[in-house]
Amino acid sequence: MGKRVAIVGFGQTYQRSSRKDVNGVELINEAVQTALKDAGLTINDIDAVVIGNMDHFEGINYVDMWSVEGSGAVMKPIIKVTTGGTTGTTVAMCAYYHVASGLFDRVLAIGWEKNSESDTTGAIITAFHPVWERPNLGGAIAGLAVEASKYMHNYKITERDGARVAVRERLHALNNPYAHLHQEWMKGMKVEQIVDMLVGSEQNQVLAYPLRMSDMCPRTDGAAAAIFASEDVAEKLAPIPAWVHATANRHNYVYLGDLDWNVNETLRDSSRKVFKKAGIKEPLKQIDVCELYLPYSYAGLKWMEDIGFCGPGQGPKLVWDGITDMDGEMPVNPSGGVMSSNPIGATGLIRVGEAALQIMRKAGTRQVQKDVNFAFATGFGGCSWADVMLLGKNKPA
Amino acid sequence: MDKKEADKELLAIDSGDMFQPYRWSVGKYGSKFLLELKENKKLFGVKCPKCGRVYVPPRKVCGRCFVAMYEFVPVSDEGEIVVCAIIEFGFVDPETGKQRPVPYGYVFVKLDGADTALPHFLDSADPEKVKVGARVKAVFEENRKGSIMDIKHFTLI
Repeated sequence: MGKRVAIVGFGQTYQRSSRKDVNGVELINEAVQTALKDAGLTINDIDAVVIGNMDHFEGINYVDMWSVEGSGAVMKPIIKVTTGGTTGTTVAMCAYYHVASGLFDRVLAIGWEKNSESDTTGAIITAFHPVWERPNLGGAIAGLAVEASKYMHNYKITERDGARVAVRERLHALNNPYAHLHQEWMKGMKVEQIVDMLVGSEQNQVLAYPLRMSDMCPRTDGAAAAIFASEDVAEKLAPIPAWVHATANRHNYVYLGDLDWNVNETLRDSSRKVFKKAGIKEPLKQIDVCELYLPYSYAGLKWMEDIGFCGPGQGPKLVWDGITDMDGEMPVNPSGGVMSSNPIGATGLIRVGEAALQIMRKAGTRQVQKDVNFAFATGFGGCSWADVMLLGKNKPA
Repeated sequence: MDKKEADKELLAIDSGDMFQPYRWSVGKYGSKFLLELKENKKLFGVKCPKCGRVYVPPRKVCGRCFVAMYEFVPVSDEGEIVVCAIIEFGFVDPETGKQRPVPYGYVFVKLDGADTALPHFLDSADPEKVKVGARVKAVFEENRKGSIMDIKHFTLI
């Protein structure tokens, strides 16, 4: 049996469409310094580093090598992991495994991206098969648009339902100074009114029908860092450590056309796995807050069903009833989520870090006003594989 | 110094156009599929001896059962749209290096006889017609080169 592990510190940069004021090393360093400060540690206390991004976005390989002066990994063990959209959650998982193994006490996980440095669709296309998929690929947005087409077809879902998720994410982001998108014009307006504006506006360009601009995540520059500590030191480092109760990931296809678009199978099965391990039988009741990797609006409906928060086709009701809003029974994405900020290699780690902040009660203006015993974070790569991590206030048994 | 002034002092260096050519192995089954498409306009899948799933494009291993597959089964050039989108967001076509004209239909087609779907272009961008469940048929190029683009696009039946 391995060591129990907790997150004891988290830091993130301000995320913006372009951070021309810093290069990659400097951006990484900004997040690392913030995380170390948050945990009350210096770089000398760090035993190992796990770092990740998607190389194709910057066109520079080997970040584990060239970023050492920023990451703090000079003459330390460092490993790079790159799993696409899930990179940020996978660095968290790997840092967890390092500490759980008993070989390291304090491990630094780093995720970062400078999406401003290239054409995001051009870079994402390189993740698809050059012979069978790339020649006619519909771009980065298309893989999500086609999933939406099936979900809308199956359950008579409307564009207003999708827009309702977008509105939640953007309203939540207004509480988060780190988020990229701050749509101040939404402030003080009624949710229904904003939804009507989004689906009725010609300026809200259709990108890949049925997805409009407002349904999509932005491209963002940013970095995040989290410190994972063993049970031997965690309680000395943090007043309320965010304990890792369970983590899992799944992959399931070679070509996109192999997918069963009726269900997000990887997210469903990885969620079931961690819920079972943690003894969670009624996720909606037992989980207090979520930070979910929702790259587009309809994911905020369909994937809620796949995770097990509600039955098939029930996602819209859950969201329209306000259950996932800041003041709802189970707030989703108090940070504003991926649709408000998407520095791809950092995005998953921001989900994990934001979930940890909710448990540690350090989320500031985006802290949920309720007890947080369990916080659930997910990563998405795609389409469509999943990493999930369940954090808790109580030390795991 | 205001923000605009500051930005002038923050430089970014352009790479210019970059091109890195590759030569990808297609494998025995993939090669057979592309040659059959090129020479006879015929499509086939590979059937798993354990679960019976028919895979298009063909491959040697059924990942779910983790067993080798040997049986080639013909599939139709007609099928059903499983999922679809109408692309209006223009981007550079990786095949041509040129901006792809928009809008266009993008569909995943489950060919009759197959269990997986093949992604391709559709010659319609009409949201009333590009629908899950619609029937479509492959349109082949006249001059075929041994590529998945030997299917020019699919068309609504």
